[in-house]
Amino acid sequence: MGVEAKLPPVLVTRLEKVVGWARKNSIWPATFGLACCALEMMAASASTYDIARFGAEVFRPSPRQSDLMIVAGTVTKKMAGMVERIYRQMPEPKWVIAYGACACSGGIFNTYNTVQGVDQFLPVDVYVPGCPPRPEQLLAAIIKLQDKIANEKFSDRPDTEGRLIA
Amino acid sequence: MAETRNMVVNMGPQHPATHGVLRLVLEIDGETVVGVVPHLGHLHRGLEKLAETKTYHQALTLTDRMDYVGALLNNLGYTLAVEKLLDIEDQIPARATVLRVCLCELQRIASHLLWLASHALDIGAMTVLFYTFRDRETVMDLLEDVHGARLTPSYIRVGGFPEDVPPVFFEKARAFIKDFPSRIDEYERLLTQNKIWKGRTEGIGIISVDECVQYALTGPVLRAAGVKWDLRKAQPYCGYETYDFEIPTGTVGDVYERYLVRLAEMRQSLRIAEQALDRMPDGPVMLDDTRFTPPPKQDVYEHIESLIRHFKLMSDGYKAPAGDVYMSVEASKGELGYYLVSDGTEKPWRFRVRPPCFVNLQALEPMILGRMVADVIAVIGSLDIVLGEIDR
Amino acid sequence: MTDHASIVDLLKGQVGDAVLGHQVFRRQISVTVDPDRIVEVCTACRDHEGLRFDMLTDLTAVDRLPADPRFEVVYNLYSFPHNRRLRLKASVPENGTIATVEGVWKAANWLEREVYDLFGVVFEGHPDLRRILLWDGYVGHPLRKDFPLHGIPQKVQYR
Repeated sequence: MGVEAKLPPVLVTRLEKVVGWARKNSIWPATFGLACCALEMMAASASTYDIARFGAEVFRPSPRQSDLMIVAGTVTKKMAGMVERIYRQMPEPKWVIAYGACACSGGIFNTYNTVQGVDQFLPVDVYVPGCPPRPEQLLAAIIKLQDKIANEKFSDRPDTEGRLIA
Repeated sequence: MAETRNMVVNMGPQHPATHGVLRLVLEIDGETVVGVVPHLGHLHRGLEKLAETKTYHQALTLTDRMDYVGALLNNLGYTLAVEKLLDIEDQIPARATVLRVCLCELQRIASHLLWLASHALDIGAMTVLFYTFRDRETVMDLLEDVHGARLTPSYIRVGGFPEDVPPVFFEKARAFIKDFPSRIDEYERLLTQNKIWKGRTEGIGIISVDECVQYALTGPVLRAAGVKWDLRKAQPYCGYETYDFEIPTGTVGDVYERYLVRLAEMRQSLRIAEQALDRMPDGPVMLDDTRFTPPPKQDVYEHIESLIRHFKLMSDGYKAPAGDVYMSVEASKGELGYYLVSDGTEKPWRFRVRPPCFVNLQALEPMILGRMVADVIAVIGSLDIVLGEIDR
Repeated sequence: MTDHASIVDLLKGQVGDAVLGHQVFRRQISVTVDPDRIVEVCTACRDHEGLRFDMLTDLTAVDRLPADPRFEVVYNLYSFPHNRRLRLKASVPENGTIATVEGVWKAANWLEREVYDLFGVVFEGHPDLRRILLWDGYVGHPLRKDFPLHGIPQKVQYR
């Protein structure tokens, strides 16, 4: 028998807390790499860094099954509309990590075809600076995001008609 | 009789097997591909235009971000082109040249390991990824000891290196070279005789030698078709003619042989790196030329003349003589060339990259027409494309 | 260099006055050729026994603003049998055109599309001359020297 045998038969807590606890430990990121930073995202998911320790290893190829978008790399003007569409295809609740200098602010590429920061068209939860940031920084960002998710209230996230999502 | 029409399938730019943001519009008849229109440019960052606004020294950082899998090789090609333009290519210190060879071969191994991971993952052999990433991290740690960054080193500079490698590098590199052949054996055990792997790769994406030359394919794709051609042998740079190594080739030119060629290349890279370590001469790693290269860092702290020289070089840059040069190196994907046009000022008038991936990807169409949709994935993987370099 | 001189002599023997001049810089040879006869010159470079430049390594352009003719299309050739390189240059005025060499080397297809996209040089007879990196309907050609680095604001069009 495991730990549940030691617990009292009834636990009292807030629903928000239980939902937040469940959500934070099963973040499913979308498999979506743009440029150099995507390699560090791959490294974070592979052997040495092992993102699975944080319950976030289930990279889904389909945006419809994921709740975290890691924007890893330079967003160009040609790509921006598609990034936005992928974000819209993700079901609520969803979060965004801007991973790397280009996703945060355009990085060194201040030119005719780059978007100067993904926050111009997406709501970003965590910014990760660096060019590219190390895999540990992605893990740190996920821990930060987990803190945020755990403390989220239903009223923070109403649906399009203003109703609370439970 | 019912009318039948071909179906159009959009693949990418968000697709796990297109290695970035490549988009293909496939026209399929049942499962057979009858037409393909590739759409590029989803990562076009205007790198060439941006480089033309930077000094020769500053433009180096942009080369890291093209083929970010093998950034040191990109640095090397650019640096050699600028050195040729400045006519100082014969004056590079011996230690710097040998170190360049050693580091670039390690980088080539890292690049091939990443290719093997993603290629095998695309085809469905997931285990390989964890094995190759374990060893890639070893190389990454090694290179990180040397230049501080994991992917974007900017370490090979015009004239040599900004700093010598730390002493611990030699010890670690030797340990890696000793250990790594057994790791390659491990990958071979996982894949080479694997029935599913062979079924998915043998006889797929065949391209003949004539077509390779017509499409200007280079690198492992050309060698797998049976041409014994490697820039390190054909037009040696950095003293590659003095190293003892072989050019692995194939005979058929299918996806499976490209896999075999790349695996054999990793073993050859190890041989070259070991020879470079054996012959590592002592001495400076940076050319001391007041016109082009900054003084040693310690001097900058202690002498006002050095400080001024450093400041002038870093803020103004140096003037390059008017003219144009083309210099290419054998990158992990093929011939990576830089065509620089100078108008006599501090900034390149034209900064052109000859991207191996861009040219190789053009042969995708003849390789996949008439094949199954699943073969498209195998062929893309075998071309080893990096979108940062294709779109620039 | 004798090697370079022999290339120029051979080429002159094949295409005569289509060779307008040559220049050696850092032991690399560039031959300026008549843009109107580019296909003839390229075919000779590929097929003549002494030349045999069977691979088009690179094709690009240089914007020589304010010079006239403004653009210079640069062909970087490589010969497998002789293991040597040759650079051909042909001048094209603004709004001018040059014949495609897609029929000589298939590799020219995408490379010419890229030059068309970024410089606006039109290759006559190209089977599929569309923009390759930017989207259709993009206003301007970014690698031209008079195009601003930060671009011209415009809306992306998808297909």
